[in-house]
Amino acid sequence: MAKTNDLLKTLEMLVETPGPSGSEHQIRSKIEAEIREHVDEFYTDALGNLIARKGKKAEGGKRVMVSAHVDEIGLMVTHVDDNGFARFISIGGVSPYTCIGGRVLFMNGTQGVIGVERLEANEQPNLAKLFIDTGATSRDDSKVGVGDVCGFERPFMNLGKRLVAKSMDDRAAVAVAIGALKAVQNTPNEIYFVFSVQEEVGLRGAITAAYGVDPEVGIAVDVTRTGDTPKGTKMEVSLGKGPAIKVRDSSFIADPRVINWMVEEAKAQGLPYQMEVLEAGGTDGAAIQRTRAGVPAGCLSIPCRYIHSPSEMVDTDDLQGCVELLTGLLGKPIGF
Amino acid sequence: MAKKYSPKMGKKELDLLTRLSNALAVSGDEQEVREIVYAELQEFKDSMHTDAMGNVLVSREGNEPIRPRVMVAAHMDEIGMMLIKEDGDGLFEFVVIGGVDPRQLVGKPVIVGRKHVPGVIGAKAIHLTTKEEREQELKVKSLRIDVGLGGSKLVEIGDRATFDTKLAVLGPSLRGKALDDRLGVFNLIELLKNAPENIDLLAAFTVQEELGLRGAKTAAYHFTSDIGIAMDSTPANDMPHFDGEENTTHNTKLDGGPAIYLMDGATIGDRRLVKWLTDTADAEKIPWQYRQPGRGGTDAGAIHKTRAGVPSVSVSVPQRYLHSAAGLVRIDDELNTLKLMHAALSRLDRSILNPQEIK
Repeated sequence: MAKTNDLLKTLEMLVETPGPSGSEHQIRSKIEAEIREHVDEFYTDALGNLIARKGKKAEGGKRVMVSAHVDEIGLMVTHVDDNGFARFISIGGVSPYTCIGGRVLFMNGTQGVIGVERLEANEQPNLAKLFIDTGATSRDDSKVGVGDVCGFERPFMNLGKRLVAKSMDDRAAVAVAIGALKAVQNTPNEIYFVFSVQEEVGLRGAITAAYGVDPEVGIAVDVTRTGDTPKGTKMEVSLGKGPAIKVRDSSFIADPRVINWMVEEAKAQGLPYQMEVLEAGGTDGAAIQRTRAGVPAGCLSIPCRYIHSPSEMVDTDDLQGCVELLTGLLGKPIGF
Repeated sequence: MAKKYSPKMGKKELDLLTRLSNALAVSGDEQEVREIVYAELQEFKDSMHTDAMGNVLVSREGNEPIRPRVMVAAHMDEIGMMLIKEDGDGLFEFVVIGGVDPRQLVGKPVIVGRKHVPGVIGAKAIHLTTKEEREQELKVKSLRIDVGLGGSKLVEIGDRATFDTKLAVLGPSLRGKALDDRLGVFNLIELLKNAPENIDLLAAFTVQEELGLRGAKTAAYHFTSDIGIAMDSTPANDMPHFDGEENTTHNTKLDGGPAIYLMDGATIGDRRLVKWLTDTADAEKIPWQYRQPGRGGTDAGAIHKTRAGVPSVSVSVPQRYLHSAAGLVRIDDELNTLKLMHAALSRLDRSILNPQEIK
């Protein structure tokens, strides 16, 4: 299907661009190039959010904010020792287990691998025990210093129906938002597509973007966990069963009107969908909801396995379903 | 061209810093420091007010035609204690306010309330303790502030308490309590008195920073600034390791100059502003260091998320033994922080905020 091929091409470009929280300049300029011909205006705000408007509010329309975060988890160097090993701190939620043996790519192009100190028997690793080896032989020889930022390095992998990459959280959602941005036409709504920054460190970009946009309705697009892997956490979301409509997570309770709006649209289109109740986790929806005097907000979720690992997995049909659902939501008058 | 400014720690400056450090202003009861700020800044009385939270806000306008609006924050409050229950006999149960290490409380002289009633956090004398007792950490719940029978009539439940430490000059160093963040308050007063004309300096002497950046949040909403800067103090954990291993977690080092933040638990420093500060320091030959990226937070954490966003950064004076009865700083680090801030503000230009330069 041509539409799906476009989506996958965009996604591959997005996931292979590094952009940990606070270092979103490369990914932002790639997204800007991808969307600029399809929107009425766009700008970068004070914190670095890329905000693009499509449509002008008409009869029955609303000012809608759609937020997909462009940042990913990563690492920042805290110290380079005499022998050139770089100690680091996490940017966002990084597990030491997925770090060990991993490879990283710095924003300045330097590559490295993650090593670990000798651990005692049964000792749990923590990030303070790990270091990045960039091949430097001394501090003077190191191409990275305090404050340099890296993301995990893993190529995009197409397994047929399933796709694997680092930063599917949240580039899969960025691809969905771009897909809807291109598809939606003649809408009565004034849609602000926000490609938000610093979500992984506390929804920071969405907080200021939502204040600036001052929307009447908000939709975050993000990934969510699944309960469909062997002896995994129990959860009623599976890969391949369609877009997930968020009811709650630990950051907010989705507005019932927004939930209903999404359910009705999925039914009208005959799209499979699933209801999502996430025990722990947060999205930009929480930031939008609490902006100014309050905004009805929800979240359209893409089921994703192995979140916050360098190998996050999503389903092609789920992605395509999310694009179609989001396009349908944005293209018509909003009845609440 | 801005006039040359060379900060010094003369008798007048040391007197102000002494009054600031010795004042009792535990979060939520910052009145003593507020009074000092007002007294020092009488020349700005028409553009100074206290907001609903208790922040002292001063707007000092420059005189060049295009001026960036720069909010600079320093918090007036300090960590400490609050009396919560009278046990009789001059003894008071208390809770800690802000990040106090309970292990550091025992045996410390304290002052309580606006009258600075002297007291002590006592514990059983070593003569009477068992070996097992001496190995136990004493919990705050089991400790009492003893103000003596005379003092008990002078204090009330709800009164704040802090360590009874007077600022002292130790050669090239200062030792005192609450240097976090009275150094920042001192610096902000000096910056206002010597403000460059190319900016609008929006000074926020904030409250309740130690409880979660609460004052800065409302102050930043009021000011609607283009840029936010927090001036604070950060730990220097720069002692050599006992086993000779390289210290990779020093956070900052004394004598290293002002500490510029890349990332802490509350803020990712705006890279444009970080570069502006390091470029200024290099040009002016002011020593500087990065604060190691890590946890913690400053008022910048609240400022940058205000309204539609405010690019922000933090600069701190390195300090050993932070959040204890007596911290230790180098006078040169303090003066170099002030010098850097003044030099950076003097060369600030709105073009620094070009979105293409967000990196």
